[in-house]
Amino acid sequence: MNAIDPVTLAILKGRLEQIADEMDATLFRSAFNPIIAEAHDASHGIYDAATGETLVQGKSGLPIFVGVMAFAVKAVIDKAAKSGGLNEGDVWIFNDPYAGGTHLSDFRLVKPVFRDGAPFCFLASVGHWHDVGGNVPGNYNPAATESFQEGMLIPPVKLYDRGTFRQDVVDILSANSRLPMSLYGDLNGQINALELGERRMAALIDDYGAPTVAGALGELKARAARMMRAQIAGLPAGTVSAEDFLDNDGIVDAPLKIALDLTIEGERMVMDFSRSSPACAGPVNISRATTVAACYVALKHIFGEVPANAGVLEPVEFRIDEGSLLSVGPPKPVGGYTETILRLIDVVFQAVAKIAPDDAMACAYGTINALSLAGHRADGQRWVMFSFFGGGHGAHGAGDGLNHGNAPISTATIPPLEILEAAYPVRFTRWALRPDSGGPGTYRGGLGAVYEIELMERAAEVFLFGERGRHPPPGVAGGEAAAANRFTYQQDDGEHRPPLASKMVGIRLSRGQRVRLETPGGGGYGPPTARDPEAVRRDVRLGYVGREAARSAYGVVLADDGTVDGAATAALRGAEAAQ
Amino acid sequence: MSGRHLVVGVDVGGTFTDVFVLDERAGRVATAKVPSTRGDQSRGFVEGIAAGVDDFAAIGTVVHGTTVGTNALLERKGARTGIITTAGFADVLEMRRRDRPTTWGLRGSFTPVVERPDRREVAERVLADGTVLEAVDEAAVRACAGALAEAGCEAVCVFFINGYANDANEARAVEAVRSVWPNAYVTGATEILPEIREFERLSTAALNAYLQPVVSSYLDRLEGALGTRGAAGDVLIVQSNGGVMTVETAKRYPVRTALSGPAAGVIAATAIARAAGFDDIITCDMGGTSFDVSLVAGGAAALAPQTAIDFGMVVRVPMIEITTIGAGGGSIAHVDKSGLLQVGPESAGSDPGPVCYGLGNARPTVTDANLVLGRINAERPIGGKLDRLDTAAARRAIEQHVAGPLGLGVEEAAEAILKLANARMAGAIRLVSIERGHDPARFAAMPFGGGGALHAGALIKEVGLGSALVPRFPGVTSALGCVVADMRHDRVQTVNRLLDALDAGALGRDMAAVAEAAEALLARAGVGFTRIDRIYELDMLYLGQTHTVSVPIAIGPDGLTRAAVMAAFEDAYRAAYGRLLDGIPVRVMNHRVAVIGRRPDLDMAVFAPLDGRPAEACRTGTRRVYADGAFHEAGVYDRLALAVDARVEGPALLEQADTTIFVDPGLVGTVDRFGNLIVRPRETGDG
Repeated sequence: MNAIDPVTLAILKGRLEQIADEMDATLFRSAFNPIIAEAHDASHGIYDAATGETLVQGKSGLPIFVGVMAFAVKAVIDKAAKSGGLNEGDVWIFNDPYAGGTHLSDFRLVKPVFRDGAPFCFLASVGHWHDVGGNVPGNYNPAATESFQEGMLIPPVKLYDRGTFRQDVVDILSANSRLPMSLYGDLNGQINALELGERRMAALIDDYGAPTVAGALGELKARAARMMRAQIAGLPAGTVSAEDFLDNDGIVDAPLKIALDLTIEGERMVMDFSRSSPACAGPVNISRATTVAACYVALKHIFGEVPANAGVLEPVEFRIDEGSLLSVGPPKPVGGYTETILRLIDVVFQAVAKIAPDDAMACAYGTINALSLAGHRADGQRWVMFSFFGGGHGAHGAGDGLNHGNAPISTATIPPLEILEAAYPVRFTRWALRPDSGGPGTYRGGLGAVYEIELMERAAEVFLFGERGRHPPPGVAGGEAAAANRFTYQQDDGEHRPPLASKMVGIRLSRGQRVRLETPGGGGYGPPTARDPEAVRRDVRLGYVGREAARSAYGVVLADDGTVDGAATAALRGAEAAQ
Repeated sequence: MSGRHLVVGVDVGGTFTDVFVLDERAGRVATAKVPSTRGDQSRGFVEGIAAGVDDFAAIGTVVHGTTVGTNALLERKGARTGIITTAGFADVLEMRRRDRPTTWGLRGSFTPVVERPDRREVAERVLADGTVLEAVDEAAVRACAGALAEAGCEAVCVFFINGYANDANEARAVEAVRSVWPNAYVTGATEILPEIREFERLSTAALNAYLQPVVSSYLDRLEGALGTRGAAGDVLIVQSNGGVMTVETAKRYPVRTALSGPAAGVIAATAIARAAGFDDIITCDMGGTSFDVSLVAGGAAALAPQTAIDFGMVVRVPMIEITTIGAGGGSIAHVDKSGLLQVGPESAGSDPGPVCYGLGNARPTVTDANLVLGRINAERPIGGKLDRLDTAAARRAIEQHVAGPLGLGVEEAAEAILKLANARMAGAIRLVSIERGHDPARFAAMPFGGGGALHAGALIKEVGLGSALVPRFPGVTSALGCVVADMRHDRVQTVNRLLDALDAGALGRDMAAVAEAAEALLARAGVGFTRIDRIYELDMLYLGQTHTVSVPIAIGPDGLTRAAVMAAFEDAYRAAYGRLLDGIPVRVMNHRVAVIGRRPDLDMAVFAPLDGRPAEACRTGTRRVYADGAFHEAGVYDRLALAVDARVEGPALLEQADTTIFVDPGLVGTVDRFGNLIVRPRETGDG
C-alpha cells in the first residue's frame, strides 16, 4: 500500500480532483442564491475518514474553504462519536462557526462514504446561504456583539439518518430564514452535489480498489508536505514582521492590529500572530480554524505549485493567542470574517515581500464591501439585494495589478447589473473604474471601481459591511498605498458618510436617493519614481491616473500635448531623490 | 448552371490549407493540401482550390472554414473600434464580471480590445422593464460618432444598458451613427444579441465590430480572387455553431466565425460517423499544444451558449461545444517538486516542438515518448517539414528529466508519460460524457488531426469507450466538414417573465415569426436543401436561480400553452438535477430559435478503397513497439492500401501521409465499407 507507483498516483490525483470539481459545478448550476450560483461562495472536497483532514479539494470553489473544511469534518467526527457513531446513508448539517470556521451564513453538509461496512472517506459541501435569520437581512451585521444577532446557529445534526430524509430539520431551518425558498433550493443543490460525489467515488474505488485509492490519498498528503518544505527551504532564514490594521469593529471606532512575525528556520516556517489585538466587541473576530485557513490561502497565492491538501501546513507552526481577535469562541460575533482574513492575507504578502520580493504581490483592495438594500414592494413582498463588490489587485514584480478583480479569498464573479435591476427595484447610475485609485509604484496597483445605485421603490434600508476606509491597501517593496474605500449616501439634507467609515446599519433611503461605493485599488510595487515615464503617460491618456497625480506621485511632467516632458521629469525626480 | 457541379470545401489552418472537392455529377472526391499563406490567406485559398480543381467555372459552391476571425482575436489584430454607450457605463467592457485569469496567484492582467478614450457615453436610459426613462439625443450620438471617426476608429459598436428589454433608444442611436459613419462597420449590440447580461452582450458586440473590417476585407479579397479565376458560384462560411452562412451574413456577424475551423471538423466527424452507423461519438482533435474533444450524441453535436477566446474575451453565440485541455504532442513532461510526474499544460508547440525535431527544445514531450516507444516512424515524420526525427535525443531527454528522477527505465518512463497524457485526455472525455450522464460504452472515439490516432486505443481502455473510428483521411476532416455542413441560423430573445404571467400563445407566435424570418434568409442564400428543421428552446429557471436550464419545446398547429411549457421544463430540470422543487414559481428567461437547412448527405462510399488488398499484402515491415511494460514486434501496414473488411490485430501500426494509427495489444482494427478503420477490443472485434 505504501509503494503506490508514481504513474497510478498521478492518474488518481486527476480523477479525485475531477470528482471535487464536478461537485462544485453541480452546486453552482443548481443553486438558488446568486452568492453561490454567480459568486461561487461554496466548496467541495474529500476528507480523511479518521481525522477529517483535507485530502482533495475542488479547484473552482471559494479558496478560503480549502483550509477550514477539515475542521468542519472533524466537528462531525467528534459529534458522531458522542452520539451513536457514523452510519451509511447519514448526512450531517451545521453552521457552527466555532467548530467549522468562517461565519453562520456558511452551511456545511458532511457525508461519510462507506466501503465494506466502514467509513472510507468523507465528502463535504459548504455554501453561503442567502439569509439565516439574525438582525440583518443577508447576515452581514456590522453592529453585532454576539453571534445570536447574526443568525441561527445549528450544531452538527443529521439531515439524513441512514438514508432517511429528516424534513423536521429542514422545517426548523426554513422557519428561521427570511428567504426560505432560496434556502430550500440551495440545500437541494448541496444534496445533489454530495450524491453525485458518492457515485463518482464508488466508481473510482471499483476501478482501482480501496487499498490503492487509500494509498494514493495518503501519499498525496505526504508529497504536499515535502513540496512545502522544499519551498520554505528556498527562503532566506530569519524573522521578518508586518503589521496592518482593520478600521474598526463596527462598534468601537478604534483600529485593530494584525501583526505577523514570520520566521524561516530551514524547512520550517513559524507564523506568530501574538502581537495582534485581543478579541473585539464587533463581528470581525475569527476562529483559529479561519486564521489557519487564511494563511493557507496567502501561501498558496505566493507558492502556486503547492497542492490543496492538509500536507501543505505540516511544516508550518502557528502561534495564535487564545482570546485574541484571531482565535475566539462562542458567542463572540464572527459575521465579518471576510474582512479579517483579507487583512491576514495582506500581512502575509507584506512579510513575504521583505524576504522574497520576486515572489511577492502588493495588497489587493482588501474588503468585500457586503452591501445590502432591503425593503418591501408595493404588494408587500420582501426583497433583499445583497452583493459583494470588486476592487484593484496589487502590483507585482512583473507588472501592474489587475483592474476590478475579485477578492483573493474568492473566485466570485459579480452579478450582471442587468440581472440585479431586473430582480430588484434599483437602478445603477454608475458602474465604472475609479481613476487614481491604484497604488503608485514602479508597477501600479490595479484600479478599484465606482458603483452608484438609485432606489426605485418608496423606501429601503441599506446595510454596508466594508473595510479599508481608514487604512488603505499598502504597497510593497517601496510601492505606495492605494486609495481608501469610500461610501456615501444621499438623504433629504444632502450627502453623508458613515461615522465608522465603511460600516453602517439601517440607512433609510427614499425613492430617487442614491448610495455610492468607491472601492480601493491595489497597492503599488517598487518606488513610483522608478516607473517608466511612458507608462505614466499611457496611464494618463487612459484616464487611470490624473495629470496632477502623474506629477505628485510619479514625478512625471507631461507637456500640453500629453507627451512626457523629459527634462522637467528628470529635474523633478532628481529633486525628489535629493531630498 | 448545369456546368457548376463541384462543391469545394476549404479549411485554412495555421500550417496547411486543405481542400476537399466533391464532384456531384461524377460522384467523385478529390483532396489537396497546400501551405497556408500567412498575411493574406486568400492566396493560399485560391492556390489550394487550383490544386484540386481544373476549371473554376465548374464550381457551384465554395464552403469555407476560416481562422481569420479566430486569429485576429487571439493576436489582437482587429480594427480600432469605438463604443458608444449609456452615460455611467463606459467601463463595462474593461470591468468584465470582476474575475481573474487564475484562481491562485494574483498576477493576471487584461487589456480590452477597445481602449478607454474610444469608449464614449451619451445620456439615455432604459429600465429593466423596458420603460424609456430618458430618450436618446441623436445629435449627441452623431457628435460622438464623429469624434470616434476623427480619432481613427474604423468600426463602432452601440451598446445601451437594458437594450435587451427595449431597443428603442439603441436602434435610434444605431441609425444616427449609420447616417454619419464612413463605412458599413456599425454594430448594434442588441442586433447581435438581444439577451440580458450586459458584459456578455457588449463583449460579443464589441468583438463583432472589432472583427468586421478584418473579416469583411478578407472575404472581399476572397470573392475577388475567385472571380478572377472565373468562379461564379456561391461562397458560404462555416459558423461556430457548425452551420454555414452567406458571405453577406458573415460580413455583418463576423463574430459568428470565432470557432469556424474547429466546428467544421466536428461536423465532418458527425457525418462520417453517422454514415458508418455511429450516432454517438466523441471527437478528439490532438494538435501540438492542445487536445480538443466534442460530444456528438444521437447524431448531433452539443452546442455551448458561449465561450471565452481568451481571458475576458467572451463571445456569447451558440458554438459547437469544444472542451480543450493542454495535452498535445508538444506537451512537456516533468517531475514536480513533490516527485510527481506531470504532463503539460506547458508545451513546446510545433516550434521548437518536441526534442526529436532538433529545433532547440531539450525537455521531453508526448511526441518524444511516442517516438521512443516505436509508435512513430522516425524516418517518415508527419507534416513533411522534417526529414527525420532524432530518437537518440528524445531518449536522452526522457532519461534526464523523467526516468532518472523517478528511478525508471527509459521505456517505462516514456510509457508513464503516455499513460499520464492519456489519463488527462480521458479526463476530458469523461468531462463531456460521464459527467453529463452519458454512458461511455455507447460512444466511439473519433480521432482526427495528426496525433489523435496514436492514442485512440488507450482511450478505449481508459474510459471504457466502445470503439474508435479513424476516418480515411483524418488530416482533411475539416475541409470535408465544410462540404457537408448544413445552413443554420440561431436567434435568441430575452423574455424574463414568470410562467404564470406569460401569454404562452403570444410567445409561441413570436418564436414562429422569428423562425419564418430566418427561413426567408435561407431561401435567399440560393442553396438547395433536402428539408428545413426548426428547433425551439426556452431558457428557464426557478424563481431565485440565476442559471437556466435549456428546455426544448414543440410548437404545434394549436400554438403553445402554459401547461406544455411547464411539462417540458419539468422534464428538462429532472434530467439535469434529478429532483423538482415543488411550489416554486418558474421563470422564462430567453427564447431561442434555430432554423437549419439540411444539405444533401454526402455518400461516404466515395471514400471506399477501390483496389484495396488484404492486410498481409499491405504489410510493409515490423517495428519494435513498447506497450504494457514489454516490447512487442508490431506489424507495420500501409493504411490506405487496406481493402474493405481487412483486419489487423494489435499491436500494429498503420501508416499514411497525414497520420499514424496505433492499434494497441488486445485491440483489433477492421476497415469498413467507407474506408474507416474501426478499432475494438478483440473479444468484440470479430462480431
